[in-house]
Amino acid sequence: MANTASQKAFVEFERVQKSYDGENLVVKDLNLSMPKGEFLTMLGPSGSGKTTCLMMLAGFETATHGEILLDGQPINNIPPHKRGIGMVFQNYALFPHMTVAENLSFPLEVRKFGKSEREAKIKRALDMVQMGAFGGRRPAQLSGGQQQRIALARALVFEPELVLMDEPLGALDKQLREHMQFEITRLAHDLGITTVYVTHDQTEALTMSDRVAVFDDGRIQQLAPPDQLYEEPENSFVAQFIGENNTLEGVVKSLSGDKCEVQLDGGEVIDAKPVNVKAVGDRTRVSIRPERVEINKDRLQPGAHTLKAEVLEFIYMGDIFRTRLRVAGNDEFVVKTRNAPDQVRLTPGTQIEIGWLPSDCRALDA
Amino acid sequence: MTDTTSNGTMLSADGTPLKVSLARALRRQKIRALMLIAPLLIFVLVTFIVPIASMLFRSVENDIVSNTLPETVQTLAGWDHASGEAPDEAVYEAMYFDMFKAAEAKEHTKLGTRLNYENTGTSSLFRKSGRGLSKIGKTWQKPIESAAKPLKDGETWFAMMSGSGSNAVLEERRVLWQNLTGDPFKGEVGITLSDDMVAMLPKTAAAYADWAIFEALEEEKDISKRDPWEAVYTALGLDLMSQETQAAVASYSGTGAEELRAVIAALDTLPEADFKGAFIDMEDGWADPDVWRTILTYSPAYTSGYFLNAVDMKKSLDGFEARPENQQIYMTLFKRTIWMSIIITTSCILLGYPVAWLLANLPLRSANVLMILVLLPFWTSLLVRTSAWKVLLQDQGVINELLVWLGFVADANRLALMHNQTGTIIAMTHILLPFMILPLYSVMKTIPPTYLRAAKSLGATNWTAFWRVYFPQSVPGIGAGSILVFILAIGYYITPEIVGGTEGIFISNRIAYHISSSLNWGLAAALGSILLAVVLVLYWLYDRIVGIDNVKLGG
Repeated sequence: MANTASQKAFVEFERVQKSYDGENLVVKDLNLSMPKGEFLTMLGPSGSGKTTCLMMLAGFETATHGEILLDGQPINNIPPHKRGIGMVFQNYALFPHMTVAENLSFPLEVRKFGKSEREAKIKRALDMVQMGAFGGRRPAQLSGGQQQRIALARALVFEPELVLMDEPLGALDKQLREHMQFEITRLAHDLGITTVYVTHDQTEALTMSDRVAVFDDGRIQQLAPPDQLYEEPENSFVAQFIGENNTLEGVVKSLSGDKCEVQLDGGEVIDAKPVNVKAVGDRTRVSIRPERVEINKDRLQPGAHTLKAEVLEFIYMGDIFRTRLRVAGNDEFVVKTRNAPDQVRLTPGTQIEIGWLPSDCRALDA
Repeated sequence: MTDTTSNGTMLSADGTPLKVSLARALRRQKIRALMLIAPLLIFVLVTFIVPIASMLFRSVENDIVSNTLPETVQTLAGWDHASGEAPDEAVYEAMYFDMFKAAEAKEHTKLGTRLNYENTGTSSLFRKSGRGLSKIGKTWQKPIESAAKPLKDGETWFAMMSGSGSNAVLEERRVLWQNLTGDPFKGEVGITLSDDMVAMLPKTAAAYADWAIFEALEEEKDISKRDPWEAVYTALGLDLMSQETQAAVASYSGTGAEELRAVIAALDTLPEADFKGAFIDMEDGWADPDVWRTILTYSPAYTSGYFLNAVDMKKSLDGFEARPENQQIYMTLFKRTIWMSIIITTSCILLGYPVAWLLANLPLRSANVLMILVLLPFWTSLLVRTSAWKVLLQDQGVINELLVWLGFVADANRLALMHNQTGTIIAMTHILLPFMILPLYSVMKTIPPTYLRAAKSLGATNWTAFWRVYFPQSVPGIGAGSILVFILAIGYYITPEIVGGTEGIFISNRIAYHISSSLNWGLAAALGSILLAVVLVLYWLYDRIVGIDNVKLGG
């Protein structure tokens, strides 16, 4: 189900641009293609244009330029209520003057379903989110998590093929959020609905999605499945934004195929995997994930590259140890080690030697 | 610490009941809160609530009749009002003495005015009779004085009437004076009435006491040197006509015994005791049983008469009856006031809702400009705004000129936009519009635009989304605005007065008329109380139907 450009596209953005004031582009040249049944997450910092994209898809904003296609049909001129897209809003937007059942009945009534059919669908939708007993309540009488479930049920009750979710879990506490992440993914896959999910929480994006589109500055920086996104970021924004990341700055010294040498600003030369460097002499940021750094000399794998480091801080976090080091002039170099019986606990001030595999060390744009 | 319980009551750490502890802790806060509102509370109480309460009290207060004519009212109680005939001599005699006092204190015209509200013509009857009373008195005074010359002299009277006694009559009469005028009548009169005299000449003693109190305390004269009123001679004449008194005088030997005997000897020179005839001679009106019926109807200290008047009824001795159709005015006005207030409220909703919606949904800059436009009328005097409408609406006014110029209306039939209900509705809708827009706006401001989006994403058209999702949530604002506008409209006065003509005036204009022109404050108070009651009933109905928690002024 993952990267399937060969499958027929269900949702397509073609060279879409959006400007609110005629001076600045909020969305710059967006191209995106989604097959049916995919769970795609738009991830990015606030102001990156991800919500604007969602709103254009829902029909609440019009694209300044470009075409949005749904199932092959351009929808730029179709009003939102005719698009048949289910939507879950950030603050749920449950109608406060209606009961839960009335909220769910609303999309069915405007679609002129008969009474018995409505009741059957409402019951099914409520059961689906395990809220069957709450039909008579008002939204204000429900907890945040329950409201969230109802909002989900309301977006699904009229069986749309595409569901949009705009940071739907933002207002929930951590535990509930994790639980709902799981439920939403399960429902989406069980029902086979195509889902576009907007969030700024990268964990949420990684755990839920088939593919994640990382937005920044009005562009998609990288569109990839979660594992690829984490392990093979294509540029330093993605590397920084997804997960924790160590960055060493330097200049490309040599470049050949899938290998390059980088002279760090501190003078050291390291091997790295060239991802986003074009020529020798380019400035680059080398990215290494904290858990790929080895601090125990004995465990270094063959071919590993070593550097001197000074321990600045040691933080005990339960399952892992987080050690902050000074490496090649960078004071924010973090290493994460598993809390195992034989793991060393470093004391600040110690001089050590650390190492990593050149393949884990990606030379990205500066 | 606080979970110690004994016999089921919660105790605090030191063993006092938790509730007591809590109350003590909160008392300071409560006192401070009270101190903060105290200035306003006192101000409102003194300048608003108390005067209004006393004003409303006037709608039932009616002691002027029994205070002005205390003895007449007592005597009149025995009159058979259904007989169709004027009361008998005793009532007229009491009336003579009551009226004499009232005329001296110039209180009788007030009573005349009061009774004139109920029976037209009573005012002039009382005013004219006040002058005629001393004439009647003279017909008694002259023969008495010629029968006993020393009685011409106030000193003889003083010597005759003073003596030893409890002076109870004097104190009794003092209270009557206090009731009549409302003045304190405090101080020394300068005479102790002789008990013998009081027993022998009761009417004379009473009349002399009345005179003495008034002369000494109101006119501030030395009563031992002043001649008494004609009414005192009348009272003496009446006393001496009784057989009993004649017998008592025969065995009397104190001061004035000689004079009294001289008067008794000359009794046939005194006029007949026919006050009824004398009153009717003076003014025909006194023969009319209606006048007496009115006095009897309004003799109790409290009356429902004003309220009955205010609903086009008339109080009568057998209950109440409807007024003749050509005198019915207040029910029409009440209905018109309520009906026009409803129309004004509705037009305010229709005109204000879209504006409030724009205010709540426009970008901040444009919304601020619009808000200033909405508030602009508030910065202009109400009178100026209403007068502006006068300029616009009149026959030769801006609107008519424009319509004629555009050819929509022929010059000969210009629209009558003023001095009728149309004028009042137009001007008041404009003036009250901000009171609708502001609460609506503050409620709409709290409805997130996501609801509309959610509704549309669920398949609703713009109209359905508005009507089923947005509108129900804005109803509290409509409620708050409607209550404000309606209650303001129902009591409005200036605008109907200026542009309303006779067709477009409200009940408040009538209240104002009674307060400042006809001076019938009782009726004004009754009309005001009814208006207040109507508002409270409507408020209660609103609470029952819509629910007062559904009224929001924002938040």
